[in-house]
Amino acid sequence: MIMVENLTKKFGDFTAVDDVSFDVKKGEIFGLLGPNGAGKSTTLRILSTLARPTRGTAAIGGYDIVKSDTEVRKLIGIVSEKMIMYDRLTARENLWFFGSLFEIPSDVLTRRIDELLELVQLTKWKNSLVGTFSTGMRQRMNVVRALLNMPRVLFLDEPTLGLDPQSSVEIREFVKKLNRENGTTIIVTTHTMVDADMLCDRIAIIDHGKVVALDTSTNLKKLISGGDSTILKLGVSNLTADLLETLRTLDCVQSVSQENSTHVRLIARGDDAFDRVIDAVRGKGGKIASMENLQPTLEDVFLHLTGHEVRDSADQKIPLERHRRFGTPQRRVR
Amino acid sequence: MGARTLLSHSFRIAWKDILELYRNRFGLVLLIVMPLFMMAMVGFIYPTSGSSASNLPVAIVDSDAGYHNSTIASQTFTSVLQRINSKTDMMKLTTASSPADIKNLIQEGDVEGGIIIPSNFSKSLASGEQGTVVIITDQSNPQVSTAIQTLLSSVFSEMSTMMAQRNVQTLNPTITANDSLAIVQPYKVQTQGVVPGAPNYFDFVAPGIMAMVVMMSVMTGLPAAISQEKEIGTMDGMMVAPINRLSIILGKTLGQTVRGLLQGFIILILAVGLFGVTIQGSILLVFGLLLLGVFSFVGLGIVITSFAKDQQTATMLMTTLMFPMMFLSGVFFPIQQMPWYMQDISKVLPLTYASSALRKVMVLGAGIPDITTELTILIVFGAVMTAIAVPVFRRMMTR
Repeated sequence: MIMVENLTKKFGDFTAVDDVSFDVKKGEIFGLLGPNGAGKSTTLRILSTLARPTRGTAAIGGYDIVKSDTEVRKLIGIVSEKMIMYDRLTARENLWFFGSLFEIPSDVLTRRIDELLELVQLTKWKNSLVGTFSTGMRQRMNVVRALLNMPRVLFLDEPTLGLDPQSSVEIREFVKKLNRENGTTIIVTTHTMVDADMLCDRIAIIDHGKVVALDTSTNLKKLISGGDSTILKLGVSNLTADLLETLRTLDCVQSVSQENSTHVRLIARGDDAFDRVIDAVRGKGGKIASMENLQPTLEDVFLHLTGHEVRDSADQKIPLERHRRFGTPQRRVR
Repeated sequence: MGARTLLSHSFRIAWKDILELYRNRFGLVLLIVMPLFMMAMVGFIYPTSGSSASNLPVAIVDSDAGYHNSTIASQTFTSVLQRINSKTDMMKLTTASSPADIKNLIQEGDVEGGIIIPSNFSKSLASGEQGTVVIITDQSNPQVSTAIQTLLSSVFSEMSTMMAQRNVQTLNPTITANDSLAIVQPYKVQTQGVVPGAPNYFDFVAPGIMAMVVMMSVMTGLPAAISQEKEIGTMDGMMVAPINRLSIILGKTLGQTVRGLLQGFIILILAVGLFGVTIQGSILLVFGLLLLGVFSFVGLGIVITSFAKDQQTATMLMTTLMFPMMFLSGVFFPIQQMPWYMQDISKVLPLTYASSALRKVMVLGAGIPDITTELTILIVFGAVMTAIAVPVFRRMMTR
């Protein structure tokens, strides 16, 4: 359904997307996982024809995203990180406006708007100004807006960003249902592991504009546990910086991250990993309070592949991403 | 994509913008208040022609020493001056003790000017010479200074005429007052306008303000509207729809134009209803001209939108451009009063032609044939700007 080949996007000297290639099958939920500024959103913008690639090509449903952008636009819907709707228009007026930009007969559009509002339980508020909606309601509107043209491919950019857990679950369920019932191909960017884990059939892990791994969630986790790596959560009651440093320098330890003042999470390799870690801690006079052998999470996979945590590099590159430069959108209705 | 779809998409976008404007009650109020302020301000601050000044405080020093036993000429002079002034009340006359006193009064701001009748006034007149009267002006305020000079010169020349008339009649008592006037002043000036009635400053300024407000509204409104949609992200919603990029810019322009024309219409109503402006030409032509003015400006607005990164920059850029345009386009001050280099600048500004054409139509009742030069310039300017703007905008949209 989607073919991406050597996609590159530069903003001046900064390479936001660096030689990215992947294919997405029809009816698949495909995740782009990575920290802010990794190039996920830019990739999504290029695929949804909102930005042009510096190099490389991509095609959706057989249409080139640059040469046949109008055809591509008929096939896609996009749920942007920013809410695409007007605060001074009612829910219905918003949907009507965006729907009328597609070639949909007005009776069909009227029916579809009613159905969509019903689907996200906003029928009651269809004549209320969107500016008065809660964040959760707005995000549901935002999703529904992208479905007006019954897209065969739906792009979701950080769909659960800033939502409470309850609303996040609702959005995830909704997306899954959409995929199951309509066979919509879905590409979702996220930096939350839960989203990626629970939603996606396959996940591409992106860091610094590059795809560092691409597989199903299960297979990605096998990168760690399938090898001879072990994930340990170690509780040390008298944890010191010196002790952390010692653990880091152990040749069997791949990565160390401190979770709080007493707990350390580390990935270690080898059959004798347990023994060597325990020896090291006790050799430094550390008192082991607890020790757990954990199942790997996508966070571990990310750490394992990139050597840093997802939230680590989050702040570094945000200013360079052009379309995010303006900060948070302003609400205009008071 | 056909022209019809393009237009229908534009109309939808324009309609959406107008709906947003309509919901913004505060903005709507400003839409009416702004032109009202503008009209009231420029209308009342600038002197209306005819009664250019009233009650200007002027001090008189009478140092006339008289001459032998003839009447003291300065007394006649002052009484005639007071008689003339009592008819018009242009000055508030006070007396001062000495020339130095006048200087003091001016420095303290109690009077705006002074009249000194020198000590040899009676002597000169009695010995067949001209009697000199000195006018003191306040140089720190050139406008008032000029006003007093003009005022006093005309009053004194009127007085001279009266005296001369009397002198002629003394020489030859058979001559009537009218004939004596013909001898003293053989030439008489009569001013006549092209249209009946006496146009006031509002008549001059209203067409210009209309042109300016409509264009300003579109020029500042368009970049602001587009960059705002970019900032809040709604622009993406339009961009992912399978519509021509042109219909976005066209629709936005249309929405802003409606807003601008609405403001123009409000000014027109205010001008006619509140400030007594009369419209000689066709109202349709007036609106046609406003539309053409918008067309000539819109390209510039789009170019600026494309370059400005956010709403604030766009608005600042527009204000920077609009400000000189306001003053150099002959909206408030006649271009003819400007030095030649400023006149040259004003000749390249489209607002100059829009406001001049509008003035001709509204004040002089001109028709299309009378304003072909202005029309041609506006059309050419608009076409060139649009030709530059469209590709620039397309590039900007898909970076």
